[in-house]
Amino acid sequence: MKPLTRTFGNALYVLPALALLGLFVYYPLIANIVYGFFSFSAGAGEMKPVGADNFLRLLDDPIIKTALTNNLIYAIVSIICQVGGALVVAAWLTRLLGPRMGGILRSVYFLPAVISMTVIALLFTFVYNSRGGLLNELLALIGLEHLQTAWLADVDTALGSVIAVSQWQSIGYVCMLYVVALQQIPEEYYEAASLDGAGRIRQFFSITVPQAKEMIFVAMILTVSGAFTVFNEPYILTKGGPGNTTQVLATYMYNQGFFQNQMGYASAIASLIFLITLVLSLVQMLSFRSGKD
Amino acid sequence: MSAHLRPLERIRQVPVYALLLIYAVVIAYPLLWMVISSFKSSSEIFADPWGLPSIWLVQNYAQAWDKGISEYFLNSVIVTIASTAATVLIAALCAYGMVRMSSRVADVVLIVAMGGLVVAPQVSLIPLYRLLDGMGLLNTSWAMILPYVAFRLPMAILLIRSVFLGIPKELVDAATIDGCRSTGVLRHVYLPLSKSVLTTSAVLTGYFAWNEFLFAIVFIDQDSLRTIPAGLMSFRDALSTEWGVLLAGLTIAALPIVVVFIALQKYFVAGVAAGSVKG
Repeated sequence: MKPLTRTFGNALYVLPALALLGLFVYYPLIANIVYGFFSFSAGAGEMKPVGADNFLRLLDDPIIKTALTNNLIYAIVSIICQVGGALVVAAWLTRLLGPRMGGILRSVYFLPAVISMTVIALLFTFVYNSRGGLLNELLALIGLEHLQTAWLADVDTALGSVIAVSQWQSIGYVCMLYVVALQQIPEEYYEAASLDGAGRIRQFFSITVPQAKEMIFVAMILTVSGAFTVFNEPYILTKGGPGNTTQVLATYMYNQGFFQNQMGYASAIASLIFLITLVLSLVQMLSFRSGKD
Repeated sequence: MSAHLRPLERIRQVPVYALLLIYAVVIAYPLLWMVISSFKSSSEIFADPWGLPSIWLVQNYAQAWDKGISEYFLNSVIVTIASTAATVLIAALCAYGMVRMSSRVADVVLIVAMGGLVVAPQVSLIPLYRLLDGMGLLNTSWAMILPYVAFRLPMAILLIRSVFLGIPKELVDAATIDGCRSTGVLRHVYLPLSKSVLTTSAVLTGYFAWNEFLFAIVFIDQDSLRTIPAGLMSFRDALSTEWGVLLAGLTIAALPIVVVFIALQKYFVAGVAAGSVKG
């Protein structure tokens, strides 16, 4: 084959992928930033240029502050439960249990991660129901009636209840990541440490954590970017309410775009989400590069 | 793995075993409750949330199936199969082109693919809505399939390419001498040697397409085209008082993916480990 036709032939192989990525991933990304400078509605109506108004509005919209704060709380809780908690669970599973029992528990913990968030969120509406809900019934059973509340409708508990569902679903997923990483650690490291008299907690911090460093980092990026783009859980459980107490950036964007019909402002919110995820990705890439050197 | 703990050590670890077990119950019980309660009437769920059904109402499932779940289920199957097949095929073609290209051009394609990993679907929602509207695709299955494929391609390309890179050149040369054209080399050399990564990519894509929610509620207005995750929302609204039927619907929605997970667990774990990217 001649080099030219060969190059052309190879281009044909990558073309479908590049075309789809260009049209459905990259074009919308750029269009979204441009849309932020216009005012328009979902229908066919025209787009009116409004300069930087939408972006300026982000700065003094109190609901943006609430949403950002909620995303941040989401991120912090997720780091504690999924980056930290899941590592401890994974270490217990691999260090203390045999392959059979460890494998079974690992699969049980992972199970919610394969089930659709719609199913899980709707299931948890039964858990959180004020009358007849499982959580309130359980509290009654153990004599803690005074703690009963309408979990998703109470401004004090709504956000925590929503975040708890996300943790319930995702800890097992991250745990699975960790188990795969921890299984690579040579047994001799632990034997040597235990000969030196290091207890289990010492071993965890001086062997497990440093050896799983890369995966901890992956889990960190995964959970933090997940926390800043979260949509399904708050949308299905509370639609951002009561008031705006469980509003996050993605639900607020959806609400502004498709209910208030302020597509331009919604695009500006989407740009803010993109900026946050972009910074996180850059941190990830830069750290990976420096990690390799 | 050190399962060989001394008996004394085992006793000291009892609180940890207890904790792990309690955690397993916290995860498994709500799912078990969902299945058990899906056989109850609303009043029984309300009156006796913990017990077994006094009568097992199998008809809850028939009712859920008739009241929309069958339609959502079929739509989910169509969208999932189409998205998965297209993603794996297009990604394999792309990965194959990349390993045949000069490395400089392949690097550009690689950067384009990796960049796609950075973009969260939420960010593209509004332009995608207008784009699909302009193409006349809103309220068709394409409005889900095309974006699903585009957003899952980067991961699949990276996974498949990494395996393709490891395939020895001698095999390719031998096949070429035997008269295989480039598509033949792909079919007879690359694909058969990559079955497990192709399965992993398919499992990851299928899992995403089966569970995707945001695009499915925004791009589809017509109830008859909804997939399960979006359809469950209207199902819930229609059944606000029939809890047993609603729970039966949830169980039907969760079952296929749980069965696939148990059957293909190895590939799930491989995908989780290789990709580390959740939908």
